[in-house]
Amino acid sequence: MPKTIFSIALLAALAFVPPGAAAQTNSCLECHKGLEAELQAPAANFAQDVHQQAGLTCADCHGGNPALADEDKAKDKTFKGAPKRAQIPELCASCHGDAAYMRKFNPRLRVDQLSQYQTSQHGKLLKKGDVKVAVCTDCHGVHGIQTAKFPKSPTFPWNVPQTCGRCHADADYMKAYGIPTDQAAQYKESVHAEALFEKKDMSAPVCNSCHGNHGAFPPEVKSIGSVCRQCHPSTGDLFAKSPHKKAFDDLGQSECEACHGNHRIVRPTTAMLGTDDKAVCVQCHDKGSKGYQAAAELKTLIDGFEVQIEKERATLDLAEKKGVETSDAAFKLQDVNTVLVSAKNLVHGLAVDEIRTKLAEGDQTLNDVEKAGAAALDEARFRRKGLIIATALLALFGIALFLKIRSMHKPA
Amino acid sequence: MKALGRNLFAYLDERFKLQGLFAFAEHKKVPEHEYSFWYYFGGIALFLSGIQVATGIMLLLYYTPSIDAAHESIQFIMSQVKFGWLIRSVHSWTANILIGILFVHMFSTFFLKAYRKPRELTWITGFFLLVLFMAFGFSGYLLPWNELSFFATRVGTDIAGALPLVGTWLKGVILGGTTVSQATLSRFFWFHVALLPLAAFTLIAIHVLLVQILGMSVPIKLKDKKLKEISFFPDFIYKDALGWTLILVLIGVICVFLPWEVGKKADPFAATPLGIKPEWYFTFMFTTLKLVPSHVLFVEGEVLAILAFLVGGIFWMLAPFLDRKAARGERSPAATWIGIILLLYIVVMTVLTYTVPKL
Repeated sequence: MPKTIFSIALLAALAFVPPGAAAQTNSCLECHKGLEAELQAPAANFAQDVHQQAGLTCADCHGGNPALADEDKAKDKTFKGAPKRAQIPELCASCHGDAAYMRKFNPRLRVDQLSQYQTSQHGKLLKKGDVKVAVCTDCHGVHGIQTAKFPKSPTFPWNVPQTCGRCHADADYMKAYGIPTDQAAQYKESVHAEALFEKKDMSAPVCNSCHGNHGAFPPEVKSIGSVCRQCHPSTGDLFAKSPHKKAFDDLGQSECEACHGNHRIVRPTTAMLGTDDKAVCVQCHDKGSKGYQAAAELKTLIDGFEVQIEKERATLDLAEKKGVETSDAAFKLQDVNTVLVSAKNLVHGLAVDEIRTKLAEGDQTLNDVEKAGAAALDEARFRRKGLIIATALLALFGIALFLKIRSMHKPA
Repeated sequence: MKALGRNLFAYLDERFKLQGLFAFAEHKKVPEHEYSFWYYFGGIALFLSGIQVATGIMLLLYYTPSIDAAHESIQFIMSQVKFGWLIRSVHSWTANILIGILFVHMFSTFFLKAYRKPRELTWITGFFLLVLFMAFGFSGYLLPWNELSFFATRVGTDIAGALPLVGTWLKGVILGGTTVSQATLSRFFWFHVALLPLAAFTLIAIHVLLVQILGMSVPIKLKDKKLKEISFFPDFIYKDALGWTLILVLIGVICVFLPWEVGKKADPFAATPLGIKPEWYFTFMFTTLKLVPSHVLFVEGEVLAILAFLVGGIFWMLAPFLDRKAARGERSPAATWIGIILLLYIVVMTVLTYTVPKL
């Protein structure tokens, strides 16, 4: 009887032990959990690491045998310890550069990160022995690595400026390289940052969208246009057909950047056009030149249309404030605004006639909006007049009633 | 011309016995005293209900109860239909003013103890009329299918869903499914234009009939005094009409300067906007639910608050039977204090909703 009870108890105990439990023992984590802060961090962070979720262990990067509890035995001859910074790209690439191996985890993941890295400024300097430059772990983290799809990951779009800025915005750290350190601050004032941080538009460009990520390199004069064309292809095409293209090439001037800047690309306005101090055209075109006159003409065309849109918008807002529903007209005004945006884009082609034709497309709708705005204000006036008349009539009726009631209360 | 009028009246009188009705109205007397002012709120509520029926019928001509067209039809009414803006604004503003007037009418009735015997049924029908008009407000709020009304309905029905035992079932019945959808809009529309009007007409008829049969109540402290009396028709009706005229002017001014807005079309996939709250007359309950702790002993705070409102409502409805002193014609200060505390609670909670939105 006792034997039977013992057998049942043993079977029950075995049934509750998960299969492979013994194999999951990780002496690295067990030991590191008990160490001081810096050495404890790897054990604490590894639980959230994408590699841990894929079934990898400490030994896959650091070697050794985590299955052995004894520290000396666990640190066997395969144990590599913490890799030196210069070794990290090769270490990561030993798996990430192996297409056959990576296919087991994520067949869509690229495997050319190391070769790209070696073409980057970071990779080139590392090869020269500069270990201050960014290696894989500087951007992706270490022992808590997450994919770029995870919002807390340093490579998630809205964390990228911060990640790059950790080094590039640190004036002391970057002193030796002699490059500006205000890129991240400038970017935060740009229209791209506005789209990313305020509108939460994940497709808005961040540092790596223009500079590349593993192959990070500052775009040269000739390639800036191509970088911007990734997202603004029609603007690029118009520019390529314009007289500016040859002139810029001859002058060795960078395309988009010359007028729009680089990191602090603000929302373009009509103020950039024309011949006054704020206009970018006067950077190259002298007073009286053909280009100067063309700039003035473009400014007049675009400005006139924009002023008209603002005037109609103000009329509709006023009517709306007075309580008249104007959403139909406001919707039409959006169409007119689309025409304006298209016309502003056409400025990159410098074809004045084409711009004039485009703006004419919006004239009819703009007239309709103008009529609707005027009608809305008329309606507001009509309502107020109607209220005055109705109130006067009701007041007369009320006074008559009041007098009647008072007369009824007088003693006969 | 006068002869034609006399003949027409004689013709109608022969068939409808109008003389009897006029004789009743002329002989019916209404007491006049220092609290007479409060008598007029019932008449104003009736007048406003009439406005709601008239404007509601007109809105039906253009309104489309479909999630794809409801918002557009309201926009069409507000921008394209001649005087559509006025009809819709009058309907929406009057709905709110009407509920405010009903609260005033109810509390004045309570404080004057007009619910006491033999007017218990007048009070109970009045109580159900307030519930019905709040249901009118709740169902009507969703009909324009705009962002605020959509999410307020979602929040409101979630509260109903928190009720113990019947919550899930009740929420399903109200929504016509598990979430605010076309089925919800269809049944809210049906509630708003068919079921609730039918119930309201029946209750209003009983309520008004009881008022006519039993006459106006005299406050307890004045019941032994010799009071001046005026005839119901035309004297009282003239005064009533003066009140209706004033409220009509007020509605006109509000509608011209603050037409009821159309709002943004509801997007069921959008995140709930911040600061969403129901119509003002539900906010005292809404804020209570926000303030109540998550657990009171072993009971969920929200459930406890909902049950407290239900039980409180039942007690309030049964006031004529619970206030034994008033029933005997004696003064009942305890009931008055309960009324004052309740009124203060409603006012404070409502004011808190709008002044401390981050509660």
